[in-house]
Formats: sequence, structure tokens, C-alpha cells
Amino acid sequence: MILASNSLTSPAIGTIFWAVFIFSIFFAILAKFAWKPILSMIKQRDESIKGSLAAAENARKEMIKLQSDNEAILRKARDERENILKEARDVRDKLIAEAKSKATQEAEKIVESAKTGIEREKAKALSEIHQQVTVLSIEVASKLLGEKLGKTGEQEKLIEKYLKDIELNKN
Amino acid sequence: MKKHIFAYLIFALLIAIFPLQVSGQEGQGSHGSGNQKEEKFNPSEFIMDHIGDSHEWHILTKKNGESVAIYLPVIIYNKKSGLNVFSSRKLAHGHEYKGFRLEEEGEYKGRIVALDDSGQIDKGNMPLDFSMTKTVIGMLAAALIGLWLFLSLAHSYRKTGISYPKGIQKFLEPIIYFIRDDIVIPNIGQEKHEKFMPYLLSVFFFILINNVMGLIPFPPPFGANVTGNIAVTMSLALFTFTIIQLNGTKNYWRHIFATPGVPFWLLPIMIPVEIIGMFSKPFALTVRLFANITAGHIIVMSLLALIFIFDSLTVAPVSIIFVIFMDCLELLVAFLQAYVFTLLSALFISLAVAEEHH
Repeated sequence: MILASNSLTSPAIGTIFWAVFIFSIFFAILAKFAWKPILSMIKQRDESIKGSLAAAENARKEMIKLQSDNEAILRKARDERENILKEARDVRDKLIAEAKSKATQEAEKIVESAKTGIEREKAKALSEIHQQVTVLSIEVASKLLGEKLGKTGEQEKLIEKYLKDIELNKN
Repeated sequence: MKKHIFAYLIFALLIAIFPLQVSGQEGQGSHGSGNQKEEKFNPSEFIMDHIGDSHEWHILTKKNGESVAIYLPVIIYNKKSGLNVFSSRKLAHGHEYKGFRLEEEGEYKGRIVALDDSGQIDKGNMPLDFSMTKTVIGMLAAALIGLWLFLSLAHSYRKTGISYPKGIQKFLEPIIYFIRDDIVIPNIGQEKHEKFMPYLLSVFFFILINNVMGLIPFPPPFGANVTGNIAVTMSLALFTFTIIQLNGTKNYWRHIFATPGVPFWLLPIMIPVEIIGMFSKPFALTVRLFANITAGHIIVMSLLALIFIFDSLTVAPVSIIFVIFMDCLELLVAFLQAYVFTLLSALFISLAVAEEHH
């Protein structure tokens, strides 16, 4: 038993006692005051890093989504603007066209009424001229032919006859 | 600036020590009884004096054979005289004190023995030696360094919170992460690992600090061969053993006393085998750490012993170059053995806490 007789390979009871004693205290103090806070801090940090990474990834996705949303909204807005502008243009055109047609109608109406008025006035004037002419003719004729034509009745008949001829001719 | 002064100091000390040791070779072992100046240098004694434990912390031997040492407290219990506490100075040079003597030769070399009335060794009444030896002081210093290191680390975490690591955290945190992510979690698993982290971290750093301190030759408390002491490694293995037995699941005990799939008539063979297995695990831990560290120290001391064997200073540069190389290797071994002890502890714990899965 060379091992047992050698002090190198035979554990001394005193050293075992001290080793157990020192290591127990070392372990107990570290477990309570060092490893507990250190490990919990490391764990917390790991979790916070994991959380931050996940949050960053989420934010990135969110941003991409927002970007595409923005684009869609922008596109929609542009379309909307186009539509509104087009509508406005249509409305304007319509309004202008309406106004134009109305104005034309009005103008036509005015021209029409003016025409009828002129016609009426003309007819009136003509009939007045007729009468005047008739009276003047009679007066002139009576003055010229007063003495030649004794009987007024016959003269008037004659004039009437002429006038009728004139009227017939007129048409 | 401080660093430079420190480096010079170490260099000066090395220069001071080497010639002294060379001349001290005659004085080796002669400061006891004899006055034979021409005693031959005994490399085995030279090495074993360093590897083994001691009640005094030898610093240097003067030219006149006088040794300069730190005398450590002796705490000794004996049925006859009860508990005695005194300085080992009282026992130096083979002096007798309170009926005790520190043997320098023979069967009880290096041990304190009780003497009977006639001054002979009282073999039937060996005292229990609880002295704070070199190993104990070295271990105590390592524990204090470890406590200071990790309590200040915990304190710095309280200050920085969960922000990025700063200062001392930058150095120690990767090691803690390494132990957690590469040793403990792969073996024990995510759910149960938290329970064993404090022990495995403590044992890793305790071994590592002791290993590294053992590589630094000077001044005390550095240079003690703590993890190369079988009592220390046995104590550490005892902790792993205890933790395994305390945390063993029903499955673990069933595998020992009723190994599944084994016919009942084989159990009388299987149970002893399994029980031997229980003890062989901590035994493996004990021997592996002890043997690796001791081997490293023996090689370094042998290389230094070459100088005295050849009795020539011209061998010194060669020796020193080899020692420096060995120290680099030993630094690697210091980390490696701390890692292996932790890894095996984690593995053995994982075997005990494993749930049934087949």
C-alpha cells in the first residue's frame, strides 16, 4: 500500500475539515449575495435583449405595413383628387353649356318677341297708313274731283274698289 | 507606474532567491538535527516539500542555514491534553512543545505526533490535526479573493442595472455565460439549471482561483499547492456527491436499487455495482483534479531541481525557459481542470435529476 503510506495521497482529516468549512462559507455567501443578484440581472438583461429584439422586429414590420398603407392612402387620395377635379371640370363644362344654351334661348326669345313686336307694329303702321292713305286719298280726290263727281256715294264705292285691289295685290 | 515597481520587485526577489536556493542546497533538511554541511541534494525531497502540506510557510533559507518562514497556527486535539492552539514556531527545528513534536523524518514525516512520557511517539494516541496549514491559508486567501471579486461584481450589477457590462463585468460575465450556456444548460436542462448554477459557479471559480494562485510562486499566500492536495479535491467532490444524493429523483434511486430491465436474480450483483458507481463518480473528480494539478507542479519543480542537480547556474536559463513554457501550459490546465470539474459535476447532477425517459 504505497499510496496509503504516502502523505501526498492520504487525505488529512484537518485539511478536509478546513476545505469543507471554507468552501461552505464561500458557497453560502456567494449564493446569497453574489450569484442571486448576478444571475437574476443576467437573466433580466437576456430577457430585455430578447424583448428589445422582438420589439424592433415588430416595429420594422409595423413600419413596412404603415409604409404600404401610406402608399395606398396616397394613391387613393390622388385618385380622389383626380375624380374631384374631373367632376369639377364636368360641372363647369355643364354649367357653361347650360348657361350658353339658356342665353341662346333667351336671345332667341327676345329676337322672336322683337320680331313679332316689329311685325305687329308694322301691321299696325300699315293699317294706319292704309286709313291715312284712304282718308288722304279721299280728301285729295274730293279736293281734286269735288266738282267733277257729284255724288259722293259713287266716289266712295270706287275708292273702296281700288283699295281692295291694292290689298289683294299686297298679298 | 505602480505596475513597473511591482514588476521590478518581483524581478529583484527572483534574483535574490535563486542564488540563495543554490547555496541553500547544503542547508536543505539540515536545519533540523544534524550539521552535515555536505548533504547531497535530494530532488524528491525538494519537490515533495513543495507539493506537500506544511505547518510553516517557508520563504527562503539563508546562507548560514537559517530559514525564514511564516509560522502558521497549530490547532491540535488529543485525548490526553485536549484542544491545543499555538504557533508552529514552537515546533520548529524538532522542538517539543506540550507533548507534541513535528516529525521531520521517518514514517510520520511532516506530521505532528504526540509523545509519551519517555519522549517516544505515542502510536496509540495520534492527535487530530486541525492546524491552519499552508494549504488551508492558501485556500482561505483564494476564498477571500473570490468573495471580494464576486461581491464587488454583484455590487457593480446593482449599480449598472441591466445596461451593457462595464469594468469587471466585461471580464467575468463571459465566463459566467459560458458556464451557464455551455456547461449547465446542455447537461441539466433549461428547467432545472437555475437550482444548480450557484454551486457550479462557486466550485468553478473556487478551483480556478486556487489553480491560478498555485501557479504564482511568490509571495504568500500565493504558491500553495491547494488544488493539488487530495484532501481539498476530496472535499469538493464531497459537495458534488452530497448535492447529487440530496437532489436524486425517484428515478435515480430506482436505477440504483431496482435497475429497470434487469432480472431480479441479478440484483444482488447490480446493487453493489450501482453503489460503487455512486462513489466512483466523486472519486473520479477527486483524483482527476488532484493528479492534474500535482503533476503540473511536479514538472515545474523538477525543472527547477535540475539547477541544483547539476549544481550549476548555467543550467538556470534553460530551466527557466522550460518552466515558463510549463507555466503557460499550467495556466491552460488551471482553466481546463476547473472546467472539467464543473462539467463532470454538472453531468453527474444531470444523471441524478433526470426524469424517466425510456
